[in-house]
Amino acid sequence: MTHGEYSKTPLYSEHVRLGAKMVPFAGWLMPVQYTSIIEEHQAVRNDVGIFDISHMGQLIVEGAGAREWLNVMLTNNINKLGVGMGQYTFLLNERGGVIDDLIVYRIGEQKFLLVVNAARRDKDFAWLQNHHKEGRSLDRPSSGLETAAPCELMNRSKDFGGVAIQGPRIADLFHALFGKDITLPPRNCIANFPFDGTTVSVARTGYTGEDGIEVFFCATDGVKFWNAVLEKGKPLGIKPCGLGARDTLRLEMCYPLNGSDLSPERNPIEAGLGFFVDLNKSTFIGRDVLLKTTEIGPREKLVSFRMKEKGPPPRPHYAVFQNSERVGEVTSGTISPSLNWGIGLAYVSSAHAKIGADIDIEIRGQKFPATIEKKPLYKK
Amino acid sequence: MTNVPDDLLYTETHEWIKREDSDKVRVGITDHAQSELTDVVYVELPKMDRQANAKEPIAVVESVKAASDIYAPVKGTVVEVNKALEADPGLINREPYGQGWIFVLKIDNADELKQLKDAEAYRKQIG
Repeated sequence: MTHGEYSKTPLYSEHVRLGAKMVPFAGWLMPVQYTSIIEEHQAVRNDVGIFDISHMGQLIVEGAGAREWLNVMLTNNINKLGVGMGQYTFLLNERGGVIDDLIVYRIGEQKFLLVVNAARRDKDFAWLQNHHKEGRSLDRPSSGLETAAPCELMNRSKDFGGVAIQGPRIADLFHALFGKDITLPPRNCIANFPFDGTTVSVARTGYTGEDGIEVFFCATDGVKFWNAVLEKGKPLGIKPCGLGARDTLRLEMCYPLNGSDLSPERNPIEAGLGFFVDLNKSTFIGRDVLLKTTEIGPREKLVSFRMKEKGPPPRPHYAVFQNSERVGEVTSGTISPSLNWGIGLAYVSSAHAKIGADIDIEIRGQKFPATIEKKPLYKK
Repeated sequence: MTNVPDDLLYTETHEWIKREDSDKVRVGITDHAQSELTDVVYVELPKMDRQANAKEPIAVVESVKAASDIYAPVKGTVVEVNKALEADPGLINREPYGQGWIFVLKIDNADELKQLKDAEAYRKQIG
């Protein structure tokens, strides 16, 4: 594809103006860095940084049957959400494999917002749409979905843009943007706030391990909001941050990246994310497989590891060995900018996936020692 | 705009070559290459005394995002490597034509250097 065939976010011209290096990502042209991945990473750990997340998708499910229907589509228990609350959850296929990991917010009594990965946006929507139709048909009485009261499913991704503003100085920046007396939404909660003649949604969520918010706005308000954040954030040391820093920040926290650490061939139990699956729910897609995986134990587990010596960074697809036996494969790896040390995530056969275990990562034909460690790999 | 010094030679694969003696060249990667790679976090230096043919990969420069091979620009033997890069690989980003050099090659045939690009040709290549 040439650059012309990629989608551009409402903030594209701002990235170019700031001198960002633009790269294709999930069909979008996105900034990978503005000045330096390491500097941007440190800005988020020490001060505050802003990321364009307009490529992510926004799906709306609304109606009297929305809650019940989504609880069958998603793994976490949506009944735990009061209005204004959100939760991390999975959309699974019938084999229990991950189609997408996402955050679902209850933004009204009968209205839900799903914020999904850019690369899976259209797949998610198609999957939900197919099941939405199925749920209403009577020729599949055993699916358990036909009882759901009606709800509407809408793909609103094109109407919205979004940014993540992350870092320890987020509270100061929030108040500078929205007013001294305005309260930050609690962790995982979402609320609307007036901003310069428009309204934006602010969620206390993120993908960096730092305190922070994600803000969603009308695509046409994007540039105005972005520039306001950069201006108000200047005294706080704000930096615009690209996908490069987003990846190193999330990896230090061992947050999974869909397409690397999660895939339709992996289920959340193998990925160590069973906390976001409620097996007590009577039905949801993939439940049977996850019950079985929980019962007999997963064949492989996603583990986090740290290299023992300073050396080359581990990278996806490198083989993992234990006592010269091949036991797994790296799915994410980097030199952690915070630790200045090689770290990564790997699927390792369960028998070998013990915290504290010594493993070797094969890099260009040579084995480098590493240790399986507890998550997260970075702590303040 | 990236810096392309006039007094160096270049390869298609973004190495710069500086003639040191009649039979020695110093090699590094260009300003353009370091900027494309982003922050360099690891350099696998070539082994001393290693012999290599032109266009043979002999070192690896790894950034946060990817690993990239570095090629011998001409046939020769490695006679010096930049050990400073082991402790501070970021030298490649900060001083690609200075302290960020990677190795020195004792070359077999100085005529081979004629096949390399001059600054103008390299500037054209990177647009």
